[in-house]
Amino acid sequence: MLGRTAQNLFWLSRYIERAENMARMFEVGYRMSLTSRREGSASEHLISMMQAAEVDEGFNLKHKQADVNAVAHYMLFDEENLSSVRSCLLAARTNARSVRTALTTEMWESINAAWLEFSAIRPRDVTGAKLQELLFWIRQVSHRYRGALLSTFLRDAGYAFSQLGNFVERADNTARILDMKYYVLLPRASLVGSDVDIAQWTMILRAASAHRSYRHVYHDRYKAWNIADYLILRPEMPRSLVFCVDWINRTIDMLEDIYGTRTKGHDAADAVTALLKDTTVDRIFEHGLHEFLTEFINCNNQITDALAESYNFY
Amino acid sequence: MSATPFDEMHNADGSVREPYLILEEWLKEQPPHALSLMSGDAEALFRRLGITFAVYGSNEGTEKLIPFDIIPRIVSALEWRKLSKGIEQRVRALNAFLHDIYHRQEILKAGRVPEKLILNNSAFCPEMMGLDPARGVYSHIIGVDLVRVGPEDWYVLEDNLRTPSGVSYMLENREAMLQLAPELFQRYKVAPVEGYAETLRRTMESVAPGGIHGAPNLVVLTPGIYNSAYFEHSFLADQMGAELCEGQDLFVENGKVYMRTTTGPERVDVIYRRIDDDFLDPLTFRPDSMLGVPGLFDAYRAGNVTLVNAPGTGIADDKAVYTYVPEIIEFYLGEKALLKNVPTYNCTNEEERAYVLDHLAELVVKEVHGSGGYGMMVGPTSTKAMREEFRKKILARPDNYIVQPTLALSTCPTFVDKGIAPRHVDLRPYVLVGDDIRITPGGLTRVALKKGSLVVNSSQGGGTKDTWVLED
Repeated sequence: MLGRTAQNLFWLSRYIERAENMARMFEVGYRMSLTSRREGSASEHLISMMQAAEVDEGFNLKHKQADVNAVAHYMLFDEENLSSVRSCLLAARTNARSVRTALTTEMWESINAAWLEFSAIRPRDVTGAKLQELLFWIRQVSHRYRGALLSTFLRDAGYAFSQLGNFVERADNTARILDMKYYVLLPRASLVGSDVDIAQWTMILRAASAHRSYRHVYHDRYKAWNIADYLILRPEMPRSLVFCVDWINRTIDMLEDIYGTRTKGHDAADAVTALLKDTTVDRIFEHGLHEFLTEFINCNNQITDALAESYNFY
Repeated sequence: MSATPFDEMHNADGSVREPYLILEEWLKEQPPHALSLMSGDAEALFRRLGITFAVYGSNEGTEKLIPFDIIPRIVSALEWRKLSKGIEQRVRALNAFLHDIYHRQEILKAGRVPEKLILNNSAFCPEMMGLDPARGVYSHIIGVDLVRVGPEDWYVLEDNLRTPSGVSYMLENREAMLQLAPELFQRYKVAPVEGYAETLRRTMESVAPGGIHGAPNLVVLTPGIYNSAYFEHSFLADQMGAELCEGQDLFVENGKVYMRTTTGPERVDVIYRRIDDDFLDPLTFRPDSMLGVPGLFDAYRAGNVTLVNAPGTGIADDKAVYTYVPEIIEFYLGEKALLKNVPTYNCTNEEERAYVLDHLAELVVKEVHGSGGYGMMVGPTSTKAMREEFRKKILARPDNYIVQPTLALSTCPTFVDKGIAPRHVDLRPYVLVGDDIRITPGGLTRVALKKGSLVVNSSQGGGTKDTWVLED
């Protein structure tokens, strides 16, 4: 397999996953701006959400006011925002075109159709209920692609690179969604553990589509400790860091089986695994949630560099 | 030029020609709007599969569909046998010509083709002198452009010996027809085209360099996703199970070509390159080429890799050399040309130029190195301003233009806005040359969708049809 093909497959999956997560992040900020007026103004919620998504700087260069329309446009449609849903879907399709021969028809069609549909949308038509509908649709795009990947793709190195891209990106996003809590953390310590605090944690669960499954796992009301545990350490939660890292390890081991050698990619995956091994939520909070997540994100990023070096991405 | 051109489906008296009888019946059976629905389905199908081409000069990312017409063009078994004989003869002679031109140049010494025309031609590639490609084949993949003006009257417009495109449309059009009108295939015995990719693979393998253990490693070399024919490049690579490479994926070391894989370098043996000669290798040809592979030509010269097609084949399909093809066939094969050439006026000849300038409104003017319908003028549909422009151009650079009579291209019934109407068509069959010459029974029929238009190029509003060669 060409190194470039491996690279394209890796990034194709990343961009699809990122499009989905951008839509989720926006959705959370949007909901908070509508429902959590007591804890801050609408624009404060939107800004903290953009900080967590690391798109706030770019936004501030273009906009003075963080109102819903401006933020929706920036995160969903803006070509200059390289993480916008539009940019992600276009980048995914460009990568897919480059490796069309490596994709199944189903995978290609899911991406191509998504791009054709998305590019036909006029941003100014997307308000109110239409906006909700679009956010739902974006998640479906990602699910269609994943579905096609899982049910049609040959289990060879190309599959492994696709899965790596998917889970490296998802881990990054879950860490960022959790970190959103840091950015919206209220200045007054007295509020920690209060209803207000819980409302924000609930939003974070929503961003990970985990607010309903949480109940099944914990049989308890929403509690900060549990929620962090759920999104970081629970192996059965498909967006948790442990789950993502487990898949990163599985697929990188697949590459070892196929190619017969361990690479720097494995070392990088080991480093991330070590961060999560034998730890507990208590210890993470003690250490500082934000510090833990920052370290995780950095460590996770290094997997990409290590893969690029080991498998001749260029 | 007769008033009504030859129609593929109807005789002059309005009766239906034999190969089209079943189609005629089928068309009559179709309920109203059925064709319109099929047409819509076809478009959706092509768009979903991403069968698009990029239009030069339009914005990046805008990909267009080539309109597909649902009414097939049908060629009888007998007609096809005659055509293929003529095509095979031409391809054989042109490969012999290329070998001669890049070796002893007997045909120039014999004075049958003017030396100046070849040696001063920008399509002549001096780097190819004395080089011996595998099996002596220069042009492996050929698309011969044919037009028809009467039942037995076919003309060759162009030989396309460099990197002819469009074969993916031949294959996808057939897939579309099989999905849209399967019942027609039960009533007709249509020769299959889907063996093309397999034959291409065999052809490429047959010209692999010597001394390879196991199956040769084949790749398709593309300029990348923004090339207008990118879809075709990926399609063919996929169908053959070959790697689709860009220049950056290949490199040359010690005169051998390798591709960069996830596990390191892997040797490459045969390259079907869809990059023009000029851009192949910045060390030998254009130094500013970002698309090619530095050192590729040296590896080729050393016999370590086969390029399909060879560099320098353009000299044999040059529009000025075209006029000599009947001579070329006689010289190398000792046979009369089976397929006709369109009579061509040479503008550097004073007498012929004078005639041309007097009759611009009836003639077709083509740029010698133009393609894709650009840089040409069709007299009967031209404006006065266009004729004036071309008059100036011809006077300024007479050697840059060839001029031919306007042929009354045959028409074929085509589904248009107002129902079924005749539209002008041409035909490009595809030929593969390796250990043998193989012509796929079928080809690409291009159709000028605008009423009365004679320009079939997709970049100029042309569409395509599935082409059926019937079996006995």
